[in-house]
Amino acid sequence: MIDIKDLCKVYLVGDERVRALDHATLHIYPHEFVSIIGPSGSGKSTLMNIIGCLDVADAGTYLLDDLPIEAYSENELARIRNEKIGFVFQQFNLIPKLSAEENVELPLIYQKVPRAQRAERVKAALERVGLANRAKHLPTELSGGQQQRVAIARAIVTNPKLILADEPTGALDSKTSQEIIDIFHELHRQGNTIVLITHDNDVAKQAERSIRIFDGRILEVTL
Amino acid sequence: MLSFKMALRSISSNKMRAVLTMLGIIIGVMALVVLVSLVNGATTSVTDAVAGLGSSMLTVSVSDDKGNPIRVEDLDEWMREEPTFGRIAPYATSSAAGMANGESGTVTVYGTTADYYEIQNLQLAMGRWLKHTDVDNHSYVCVINETAAEELIGYTDCIGQGLNLNGVKYTIIGVLTNNEESLTGLLQSGSLIAYIPYTSLIRLATSVSADIASFYVSPAAGHTVEQAETAMENILMARFDEDEDAFDISSQNVLEEAMDNITSMLSVLLGGIAAISLVVGGIGIMNIMLVTVTERTREIGIRKAIGASRQTILTQFLMEAVVLCMLGCGLGIFLSWSILQIVNTVVASLDMVFVLDGGVVLVAVVFCFIIGLIFGLYPANKAAKMKPIDALHYGG
Repeated sequence: MIDIKDLCKVYLVGDERVRALDHATLHIYPHEFVSIIGPSGSGKSTLMNIIGCLDVADAGTYLLDDLPIEAYSENELARIRNEKIGFVFQQFNLIPKLSAEENVELPLIYQKVPRAQRAERVKAALERVGLANRAKHLPTELSGGQQQRVAIARAIVTNPKLILADEPTGALDSKTSQEIIDIFHELHRQGNTIVLITHDNDVAKQAERSIRIFDGRILEVTL
Repeated sequence: MLSFKMALRSISSNKMRAVLTMLGIIIGVMALVVLVSLVNGATTSVTDAVAGLGSSMLTVSVSDDKGNPIRVEDLDEWMREEPTFGRIAPYATSSAAGMANGESGTVTVYGTTADYYEIQNLQLAMGRWLKHTDVDNHSYVCVINETAAEELIGYTDCIGQGLNLNGVKYTIIGVLTNNEESLTGLLQSGSLIAYIPYTSLIRLATSVSADIASFYVSPAAGHTVEQAETAMENILMARFDEDEDAFDISSQNVLEEAMDNITSMLSVLLGGIAAISLVVGGIGIMNIMLVTVTERTREIGIRKAIGASRQTILTQFLMEAVVLCMLGCGLGIFLSWSILQIVNTVVASLDMVFVLDGGVVLVAVVFCFIIGLIFGLYPANKAAKMKPIDALHYGG
């Protein structure tokens, strides 16, 4: 599913060169639930951006679903993100002007799915996260946990190969966090591949497998 | 269609700002539409007045007589036989050195016949006009305008005096009043003019021959200019081998054409000034769009992360700019219409009607669309070029 070999990424912060990724190598198989854990500044955000095709590495290879990501143009990467990856962010990143269902509909619009089919799939996705009765609400009218569930619905509505969650519980209290993690467990049971990035050990150990990243290097730890 | 809806949504989410942004376009469109409509309305009523003065005649000029030139006798024959023709008068002009009582000046000499007087609606101050016999006899007589009388003779009452044109003595038989009501009269009141028999002008000026190159036709009572025009066209087509380029018939007098030119120039000028305010309005739109793009950096990041391509983002913001412009344009046109209605009630007594000019409305719509595109392009491109990670992490 994900095949990363010798990835390097260097940022220039002022005059200093920061090695955000230092020959990182890792494999994630289909239907896995993997967490990537590391303290802030460890390079996990960089890794997440590269796995999510939001950024491209300086060196090394990345195969997503056998596609050599570094060979694609910006627009092709947009299509790959749209079709293969579902994103869940710490800050939910919903578009405030759009209602819950419109937010969930957006990736389908970019895929040019016909209207009737879109409505059907949006409804199904919202039902899966238990928010069918909140479809018309704006994000500001929803609680944090509800907003994150809308974001998850948006991530799964395209039936992506990979669900990529970046600190999905970072902005939530522990009870709501557990509800969100339970949704991920449910999605995993349904056969989705999930990569969850976190700095929280309690969250990380709920995954099948944890990968620890430190100073841009990857140390695999199975819990 | 979907991006159109999205654009409307995003504009309506901040109505106050949208209206302020559109203000420049609204005022620009209003300036353009109202000014041009006012000019056109005023022009219509003025040209109607001008048309009432002197265009109830045809001006015919022959450029290629195909070896079959028109003579004075032909004109007389047409006048007799064609019921729609009232009067026909040939004319030719030349300038000559005029001298009388020791004063001299360049005189514009018209060679014509008796019918010219009626067709041109001239007015005699004293004396008489040219007669058929003057034309038949190649008489050395002339009718001059008031200006010529005053400048060359020194006084108006000069019947029977002599006027030398290129050294040949002509007897003054009539003096015309300067008719300031007719536009032709108004234009000619500044120059020295002498009317002599057409046959005499042939002798006076080498450039004029017995072959008539131009003449005026007035319609008979009870017939319109258009009927006379059709009849004349048929006659000339038959005469000149069906070659429509051999002659030209115009029912407008030169002054009307000149007026048309002036007013259309005025329209273009005013329109141009208004167009500048539209461009300024466009710059306002660009400013706000740039602010919008910065404000919505995060939204752009989200959209890009979930799969919006560059073109999608570009279209979205471009659409917003164009929709803003078109909304402003629509409001501007509506307000222009309202203003014209108000103007109409105010000047109701003046016999002028101002209507929204369809042409200028179309110009305004097209122009606004283009402005939206041009000034929307830079902000939209800026949005489209954003890198998803930079945009996502903007402002936390």
